[in-house]
Amino acid sequence: MPEPLLDVKDLRVHFPTDDGLVKAVDGVSFSIAPGETLGIVGESGSGKSVSCLTVMGLVTRKQADIQGDVIFQGQDLLQLPADEMRGIRGAKISMIFQDPMTSLHPFYRVGDQIAEAIREHRDVSKREAFNQAVEMLDRVRIAKPKERARQYPHEFSGGMRQRAMIAMALSLNPDLLIADEPTTALDVTVQAQILDLIDTLRQEFNAAVIIITHDLGVVAEHCDEIQVMYAGKIVETGKTDDIYYSPHHPYTWGLLGSIPRLGQELDRLNPIHGLPPSLINVPSGCAFRPRCRYSFDRCISDVPELIPTDGFHADACHLSLQDKERVVREEVLAPR
Amino acid sequence: MSVEVNEGRGTLAPPKGEPLIRVRGLKKYFPITQGILLQRHVGDVHAVDGVDLEVYPGETVGLVGETGCGKSTLARVVMRLYDPTDGEIQFDGHDITHLKGRDLRELRRDMQMIFQDPYASLNPRKTVGSIIADPFLLHKTVPRDKVKGEVQQLMELVGLNPEHYNRYPHEFSGGQRQRIGLARSLALRPKLIVCDEPVSALDVSIQAQILNLLEDLQQEFNLTYLFIAHDLSVVKHVSDRVAVMYLGKIVEVADGETLYAHPRHPYTGALLSAVPVADPTLARQKRRIILEGDVPSPIDPPAGCRFHPRCPKTRQLAKDQGLSERWMPQCVESEPELEVQPEGQLAACHFPLESRIIPAEPAAPAE
Repeated sequence: MPEPLLDVKDLRVHFPTDDGLVKAVDGVSFSIAPGETLGIVGESGSGKSVSCLTVMGLVTRKQADIQGDVIFQGQDLLQLPADEMRGIRGAKISMIFQDPMTSLHPFYRVGDQIAEAIREHRDVSKREAFNQAVEMLDRVRIAKPKERARQYPHEFSGGMRQRAMIAMALSLNPDLLIADEPTTALDVTVQAQILDLIDTLRQEFNAAVIIITHDLGVVAEHCDEIQVMYAGKIVETGKTDDIYYSPHHPYTWGLLGSIPRLGQELDRLNPIHGLPPSLINVPSGCAFRPRCRYSFDRCISDVPELIPTDGFHADACHLSLQDKERVVREEVLAPR
Repeated sequence: MSVEVNEGRGTLAPPKGEPLIRVRGLKKYFPITQGILLQRHVGDVHAVDGVDLEVYPGETVGLVGETGCGKSTLARVVMRLYDPTDGEIQFDGHDITHLKGRDLRELRRDMQMIFQDPYASLNPRKTVGSIIADPFLLHKTVPRDKVKGEVQQLMELVGLNPEHYNRYPHEFSGGQRQRIGLARSLALRPKLIVCDEPVSALDVSIQAQILNLLEDLQQEFNLTYLFIAHDLSVVKHVSDRVAVMYLGKIVEVADGETLYAHPRHPYTGALLSAVPVADPTLARQKRRIILEGDVPSPIDPPAGCRFHPRCPKTRQLAKDQGLSERWMPQCVESEPELEVQPEGQLAACHFPLESRIIPAEPAAPAE
């Protein structure tokens, strides 16, 4: 296995609030190698965004109690002073956000906003930076990039704004791109375009990509590895085929059962009951227990550890491997 | 145009006979004006441009298309929230195209709507109880002292805790708010509910709960749904028939299975190919039809077939035949009409597709 680009070890991010301690991320470890695509999947409030914001240095010790290591190219980002972190953020690690409508400044021309990001990190003239911005818009397949660069965000459609965000994120040739729900606000046709674009650019720039999403359907064809998060913890991780063809955690089963699939006549979807737990009062034992159909005594008392079954594939569930394989065979894959 | 109603899924087959809604040649243009004082009329947005559609009692008709194709406008004209520019709308056998005042309000009892954004469609200053009670008070269908009981019954019906009667919308999650909207729409026991992207803003796990709930309620109250969404997999799951819309026109109408197995309009094919497939092998095997660019402006829709500037099929044909133009002349010159296809659906295309987009059987999954 190649040297990891990013290695996150036992990351914990706890926010103190008036109501109690919110354990947004509670012991998360993962790593990603150059050129790889990692999918992080989970519901709202599972901690997937917070763990990535912490990697970006956008959640700081001022707001939260952070423990663990975030090793990026050999240095621990959590120990870096703020000004050095600024040099890395944007240049080496960059991020695209869910809502392209609100993450561009409405008063500035799109080209100028991209140029500003370039000038922040590189010593180039305004004109040179603007030309680079135009070139980036061209690379994300925006037609007539010269004219578009002089327009304001409101003149762009949703898909084009997301392209502009990607252009900005890639303008400094980062080693790691984090895409936080990059397509949730977009039409399916545009979603397919954007995901393909991220894929081609990843190959072109040999960057590593992390895609955060709540929809297992979206990441099936774009990720090498997937990890499933629930209530601040990773509950299952594995190669993409492991997650889709032999999922081992009941939460993953629920996510797969929630997606309407074309091509099979299913009368009912098989959703997860109830709502994600409050991160202040996480249920004892397994956090997923109250929503789990397969829970038994041990799930109340013991917190399940993430245990590998083979190679990369690991899951945090007390069910025996035989039971899991039986449920997968009879209830999860059978209806498909 | 007459559409064969398929047998439908589940136990309740949509009864044949008179449609609940019949729309004929419906048009809705929004005028564009210039100048502050004189307001010169300089053009029109052709949001809905000649739509024929029938919805039968007890069935779910899905309406699918990209942003800006006019699907929401069509639904709102049918609801009489907008006045149609031209055409005719019949509801339950009566012409409702020009209803006004009291008659229109009476009609609203029978047709209700739930909206995409569960955050914006509930008044943040009112309690959930009073939001759901409003229809009762407006239409006076229930005596005042019985309203609270009715509301709590509705809350239970949609899976909310009736004790949360006095809570405010911000105390609920997105999925729960969508349930509140649903309870409100059910209050007057409508015949038709228009669902405008009801699950697009929700997490998939919550989406599935809401879709199942919609299905249960349909069985219980014999509801008819007009279900709008941009995701074909969701639409296909809930609908008996699906209508695909592009730039103000319906380009294909079929039952879900036919649409999936034998899409005829290239636009339907493109939508199918864009749907995320939660199966890595199948996802890698499906045909990719990536559409170039965005939907053209509905102010001045392209001549001939509205889809021709983005259509991969006509472009390929023109190339194969060595034409100097980029498109087949038919596609630019004449607008195709909806015609019955060999598989039984209706499609409006001069050169319909002939093969599947997503393979019928995935290859064996990798061990």
